[in-house]
Amino acid sequence: MLEQQLYQELILDHNTHPRNFGPLPQATAQGVGDNPLCGDRIEVQVCVQDNRVVKVHFCGAGCAIAKASASMMTEAVQGKTAQQVQQLFDAFQALVKQQQAVPQMALGKLAVFAGVGRFPMRVKCATLAWHALRCALRSAKN
Amino acid sequence: MLSCRDDFPILQRLVHGKPLVYLDSAATTQKPRCVVAALCRFYEQQCGSVHRATHALSAEATQLYEQARGRCAAFVGAACADEIVFVRGATEGMNLLAHGLAPRLQAGDEVVVSVMEHHSGFLPWQRVCAQRGARLRVAPMCDAGVLDLQALRGLIGPRTRVVSLVHVSHVLGTVNPVQQIGVWAHEQGAIMVVDGAQAASRLPVDVQQLGCDAYLFSGHKMYGPMGIGVLYARQQLLQTLSAYQLGGGMVHTVGQQQSQWLPSPLCFEAGTPNVADAVALSAAIDYVDALDRQAIAQHDQQLLQQLRQALAEVPNVQLLGSGEHAMGVVSFAMQGVHPHDVACLLDQRGVAVRAGHLCAQPLMQRLGLPAVTRASVGCYNTYDDVAALVEGLHAVRKVFAC
Repeated sequence: MLEQQLYQELILDHNTHPRNFGPLPQATAQGVGDNPLCGDRIEVQVCVQDNRVVKVHFCGAGCAIAKASASMMTEAVQGKTAQQVQQLFDAFQALVKQQQAVPQMALGKLAVFAGVGRFPMRVKCATLAWHALRCALRSAKN
Repeated sequence: MLSCRDDFPILQRLVHGKPLVYLDSAATTQKPRCVVAALCRFYEQQCGSVHRATHALSAEATQLYEQARGRCAAFVGAACADEIVFVRGATEGMNLLAHGLAPRLQAGDEVVVSVMEHHSGFLPWQRVCAQRGARLRVAPMCDAGVLDLQALRGLIGPRTRVVSLVHVSHVLGTVNPVQQIGVWAHEQGAIMVVDGAQAASRLPVDVQQLGCDAYLFSGHKMYGPMGIGVLYARQQLLQTLSAYQLGGGMVHTVGQQQSQWLPSPLCFEAGTPNVADAVALSAAIDYVDALDRQAIAQHDQQLLQQLRQALAEVPNVQLLGSGEHAMGVVSFAMQGVHPHDVACLLDQRGVAVRAGHLCAQPLMQRLGLPAVTRASVGCYNTYDDVAALVEGLHAVRKVFAC
């Protein structure tokens, strides 16, 4: 069934056991992602050193897709520069929006979100934490 | 129980390859064939601009439009057709009222609403209160999902100018005792406004019996078309509201510096009105009356009872509100599963429910939930739909292992 493409084992696992969940005391910046459609809100805290993401945590409430995406994002961006994070986000967005030209970038485990493409209403859920992270990185830069 | 599914062509279609189980009538009801036919008939045979030209089509359209106004007046028990203003929906009706009453509000005056209002019953008053230096008082709710009447009564005082309440909650289904509350409002000289968006399709409504000064409903939530709704207001009130939008069709004479408006209700209907949808709304009223409003109310209550009972038996499902004095709407939380996921998985089975804050953020804050899942019924739903929902919820539990 179509839903199995969306609710994959790995996504359900990250939903139930979110990684890097909770406040990050040594955070140097933070950002918030809001989805007014469903009232979800995800807050991302980052610790940036020498333009590299050393650690990312997230808090807040969201659906399984939003939560799992946030959780897997915190693992995927660790150690990356702001520019590399942006590239990864571009590739991730292209994946979940089913755009023709997916940038050549290894998505690794994030490829599990490919099923979101069949559910246009859920794209916002999958990208919520990413938008929050971009906010955080912008404010870290300033 | 009613048996009218065949009147609704859309119920024959498949969604994701499954028969459609439509449980989102509180958002919009589906439309019976006769309503769609009235729309087509108007555009194919009767279309003309109203109140303007002398040709036959204009005359026919004007007659149909004013007949529809009369039909709406009879539907809610208005004293005359002039008490009916056609608007786009309950939302526009509420904005029209709040805007029209704004000049009467002084600093220190109060408007009373409740925590269970739809955003459309909340925001227009929030804005006019801020503009006029008036105070918005928000009546609280008890844990059972009913208004705290004692607290509400305490909020209505000598400074209260308007009490604006929802008749039937679109989240909890609660039927509020607006008649009793109207008495309290009138004791203090306040205007009683009732948002009937959910009630109009579920309960027989008589504004005389309710004793309210204004009543609003949307056509599309009572088997009529989208884009048309009704604001009923007592003539004495309507005649004193300031005009909402200005333009053609609402004026008597226009000078370069000064102009005079037509009498109500026409002065509130600037621009070419939505005649086709008004005519189709009239057809929807005919349909509802033919089914019999008492019978619809009974059907609604029986289904709600079955729905609540069936949902209560699903593990990890928590129903919101006690369901006492409620009509056809139930919201619930499923422990460990976000409403968005519940609704998405149900949709894959053809079951349409609503998930989110349901345009009731103050109520969500009161419930302590970011979002809920809501199932709501219409005259076409049957117990099979309830069973399909429950089966779907068990499938959701399986995916989320809860």
